[in-house]
Amino acid sequence: MNTGGIVGTSVPRLEGRGKVTGEAQYVDDMVLPGMLFGATVRSRIPRGKIRKLMFGPDIDWNEFVIVLAKDIPGKNCIALIEDDQPCLAKEMINHPEEPIVLLAHPDRHLLAKAVAAVSVECDSLPVLFTMEESERQTEVIWGTDNLFKSYLIEKGNIEEIWEKADHIVEGEYTTGAQEQLYIENNGMIATFEAKQGLTVWGSLQCPYYVHKSLMKLFDLPAERVRVVQMETGGAFGGKEDYPSMIAGHAALLSMKSGKPVKVIYDRMEDMVATTKRHPSRTRHRTAVDKDGKILGGEIDFTIDGGAYKTLSPVVLSRGAIHAGGPYYWPSIRIRAKAVATNTPPQGAFRGFGAPQSLFAMERQMDRIAGVVGLSPVEIRRRNFLKPGQTTTTGQVVREDIDLRKLLDRALELSDYHAKKQKFAEENPRRDHKKGMGIATVLHGAGFTGSGERYLASVVGVEACEDGSIRILVSSTEFGQGTNTVLCQIAAEALGLRYEDVAIARPDTREVPNSGPTVASRTVMVVGKLVQSAAIGIRQTLVASGLLPEQHTRDEFRATCRAYVSEHGSFRSLAQYEQPDDIVWDEEQYRGSAYAAFAWAAYIAEVSVDLTTYSVSVDDFVALQEVGKVLHPVLARGQIIGGVAQAIGFALYEKVVWEKGRMQNGQMTNYIMPTSADLPIIRVYFEELGNHHGAYGAKGIGELPMDGPAPAIINAVEDAIGAPFNSIPLLPEDIFAAISERTASANLASRAGGLE
Amino acid sequence: MNQPRGGRTKRAISLTVNGQATAVRVFPMERLLDVLRSELGLTGTKEGCGEGECGSCSVLMDGELVNSCLIPALQANRSVIVTIEGLATDGRLTNLQRAFLQCGGAQCGICTPGMLLAARHLLCKNPNPSLDDVREGLSGNLCRCTGYMQIFEAVLEAARREDLS
Amino acid sequence: MRAHPAEYELVAPRTLPAALSLMAQEPGAWLPIAGGTDVMVQYSAGNLRARKLVSIWNLPELRKIEVSGDEIQIGAGSTCADLQKHELIQRDFRLLSIAANWTGGIANQNRGTIGGNIVNASPAADSLPALLVYEAELILASSRGERRVPYHGFHVDYRKTQLGPDELIRAICLKRRFSDYYAHTRKVGARNAQAISKVCLAALGRLAGGTIQDIRLAMGSVAPVPFRLTETERGIRGQAPSAQLIEAARKTAAAEIRPIDDIRSTARYRASVAGNLVAEFLEQLRAGGTIK
Repeated sequence: MNTGGIVGTSVPRLEGRGKVTGEAQYVDDMVLPGMLFGATVRSRIPRGKIRKLMFGPDIDWNEFVIVLAKDIPGKNCIALIEDDQPCLAKEMINHPEEPIVLLAHPDRHLLAKAVAAVSVECDSLPVLFTMEESERQTEVIWGTDNLFKSYLIEKGNIEEIWEKADHIVEGEYTTGAQEQLYIENNGMIATFEAKQGLTVWGSLQCPYYVHKSLMKLFDLPAERVRVVQMETGGAFGGKEDYPSMIAGHAALLSMKSGKPVKVIYDRMEDMVATTKRHPSRTRHRTAVDKDGKILGGEIDFTIDGGAYKTLSPVVLSRGAIHAGGPYYWPSIRIRAKAVATNTPPQGAFRGFGAPQSLFAMERQMDRIAGVVGLSPVEIRRRNFLKPGQTTTTGQVVREDIDLRKLLDRALELSDYHAKKQKFAEENPRRDHKKGMGIATVLHGAGFTGSGERYLASVVGVEACEDGSIRILVSSTEFGQGTNTVLCQIAAEALGLRYEDVAIARPDTREVPNSGPTVASRTVMVVGKLVQSAAIGIRQTLVASGLLPEQHTRDEFRATCRAYVSEHGSFRSLAQYEQPDDIVWDEEQYRGSAYAAFAWAAYIAEVSVDLTTYSVSVDDFVALQEVGKVLHPVLARGQIIGGVAQAIGFALYEKVVWEKGRMQNGQMTNYIMPTSADLPIIRVYFEELGNHHGAYGAKGIGELPMDGPAPAIINAVEDAIGAPFNSIPLLPEDIFAAISERTASANLASRAGGLE
Repeated sequence: MNQPRGGRTKRAISLTVNGQATAVRVFPMERLLDVLRSELGLTGTKEGCGEGECGSCSVLMDGELVNSCLIPALQANRSVIVTIEGLATDGRLTNLQRAFLQCGGAQCGICTPGMLLAARHLLCKNPNPSLDDVREGLSGNLCRCTGYMQIFEAVLEAARREDLS
Repeated sequence: MRAHPAEYELVAPRTLPAALSLMAQEPGAWLPIAGGTDVMVQYSAGNLRARKLVSIWNLPELRKIEVSGDEIQIGAGSTCADLQKHELIQRDFRLLSIAANWTGGIANQNRGTIGGNIVNASPAADSLPALLVYEAELILASSRGERRVPYHGFHVDYRKTQLGPDELIRAICLKRRFSDYYAHTRKVGARNAQAISKVCLAALGRLAGGTIQDIRLAMGSVAPVPFRLTETERGIRGQAPSAQLIEAARKTAAAEIRPIDDIRSTARYRASVAGNLVAEFLEQLRAGGTIK
């Protein structure tokens, strides 16, 4: 598709200047007159009944604003998919760090001591900390059976495949929790005024999620609640639903005090009390013929949702739908479930279930290769989806994607074959064992199935009196380039310059609900609507007779100025309509799950140092087909950043749990890769276009999270011949596996010697 | 009254911040980070961790890169401080700032002030750094968005431009 | 930030005698703070017990490095950055210079001091094993005078030292007699930069006539205090670096140390890696050695 040269070029980041001068305003940078600071008293036990709250003697509590559950005017819940999560615990505690009491004071420094001075007397109750414990239901901690949600995806004839199989390959794969670790902690400022209503400003991804939950919490109508996004210092899903909680807290304190209240978490509170990536366990049982072709299989995918439902059903859904990878499954049965444990509720983190199930799939493919006697390359080549074939949910692949060619290109870019051979020859003589690993993945853009139809996103574009246009969306910028790309799209659509387009700050008073900024949907879904709405402006001007069909940029601007000065500024709205070719059956969980998939082949080169048992990633090739690259620098930045996070997921980022509470809630002890730990990450794109997305773009934000972890673990197995099925894979785990292998080898050789 | 007993009093601290002589009255154990943000309203310096691990609070103190969350105000008495607000002069961005904008060095922007000061510190000491020099020089500044590469490219680009001019 | 600045007193005397005099008036009541890279972390977390602090940052008597004859005296207030910049330390006490480069990022190296590292007494501190193998001596100062103590033995138990309540470390003394030793150090952390060590080795070895005439091995994070592996050294000293010796040394080292399971790692991992690090050093000696 030809573009006018704005889409497809790396224009300056729209809000970039403020970011490099320190002028950008994040929530903690804002101060309101008379503002108080708020803090949260949280439970220290994982589960129990609250008997008494005691406020210690050394504090003059008269100076503090105190909020308890009974102060909540509306419903005591954080409204999301279900209303089971309380805003403040009233009688029951269901996880460590559950919020119970809120305090506010003008002196920020007094809060820590005050929080410590509130004690909560509880009767402890039995607890569940793992998925296995939850499944056994020795204790029921949620609903009637600890089950937040389950899905069953079936295709073909699963009963028949086992007799036909030449090989049946089984494997179990687990992934741990992962902390989003945005460098800006969660924060909110709230003002509750009798006349104005409630306003909150904060670090967030989804203004209308917060808006909806505040309405319910305060029993206020929509027009009396206003949510404004401040510059947000990273999110990655960690600010999808949690902001509703902290906004509710700040708002309650403001309501009680009559003053503005700021609540900002410090790093430890943010790490231990807010959401993380769902831990997962996937069990594969695959029937394969002698040529390595998958006949079918069963996949059992379970995720740990923590103590309340929150977003678990949606994470589960995406994980389940992606569980089969980019392969053709003639038959499949995917059983997916999200279970409850007494840990802080988990939430969204880039990838949203897919990194978990794809880790398992890509490890299982290498396992299958080993059993059948094929290479990791060949097993994939023989099973890749081809255009015209159906996915696990029965969606026909309509794109012209050639996954074999994609993989071939990745292999060539990474010099895979030559290196693999060289390493195999040299490893016996080296202390640093080297290996190569592959992962091929897909990622669906937009909300699953009927999700986009249900969201019914609305986008506005406004004509302004100076001849420029302004985009009105609730889609937020948090580094990924929302502002920049949406302005590019609008400028391109109207033949304007990039500088002619502005974008309104996401403020629910100003902008319509274009849906949450998640699910890799912003460029593809919202961008397409921006394009439509922008064209709507032109249509209005043309229809007025003031603007010819063919016009220059200057003519557009002049006409816009003239029109607005006469009629006032006006808006063009566009609303999402489900395309006819996207049909999804929510009951059967079948059909077209996503409007478009992006596809990727990732190759990792690793060394394993047998002195320290540590793994380093020496080279990484990330090749992905994304429809169209709208902004090369931003797109590359997204891939590199996502790969970096996925390297952390694979090798570094372990949450240490004890009795349901994260023990390593400091940057010193939760290990994120530094600049000295990452390789040069080489990024390459292919562009097949996509008629659903603006200018052919598909979503790319989450895709880079899906492939690196299994590629790396596959490479480690190549390097040292030991399979690992659990991440994060730490040196201690490699050491344990190697010493066990040495010990049983010694036993075997001794036993052999006895004969 | 909740104010601590012991009669601790505030003290006058003088420091030069971004070229301006400044005096504040603060508790001696107030963090320099809070003095900059709350007393002086210079909110460009950020708090990411409060434990000296992330580098978002980095400033230059007497020409050296330091984590301002770990410096008590009294120890900054009579020092010369440069924060992110002091990089650009008269609204003109430095080569470094422009390179960050062009190369994708800033995504969410929260690490950017500290990162720019660390880069500035590096280039002052080593105007022609290698990629490894840049990697090491910025290893105390964590970025969660970029995966670092475009930051390194920005620093190397800025070094190249300074070289030409 | 979980502490109230108003609850703390911090004074900054201009000279060392003034600081010592204050500490003598109320022994144990004043916590010295130099660069603050440890104290301020505790303070921010709300874990600092002390309420009165005396700043010894940048005191001229403490922040200087002097060479006289065969001894170098490193002022305890010298920062990690200062150590790295000093030519003699780079050349003759390379292990210390390298360790200083490992300690946190550049911003923390500009503030963290060698004295603070020692007094904070974390067994994981990067520079302490180097001080052990260089057989450092410490000059401890108080208003009563000065005393000189060997560094080994200074750490009596986990985070406890021989330092009296009215004392400061004034200087660390190192004898310049290691130029004919092979020097090697390696830190194993959870990542390549800004990591608290899981195991850290500082090693010196001198070969003569095909045997290892002298060897010094010290480790961090393998015991409650920085640890000199004297038993392992005994098994090596005077022997030729054969494959059998190296294997024996690997096992002895793994058994000699006293590591624990903690939030960062496991005892078994530490023991194995410690043995591997010793073996790696001995392999280098066998191969003719490299100054690292």
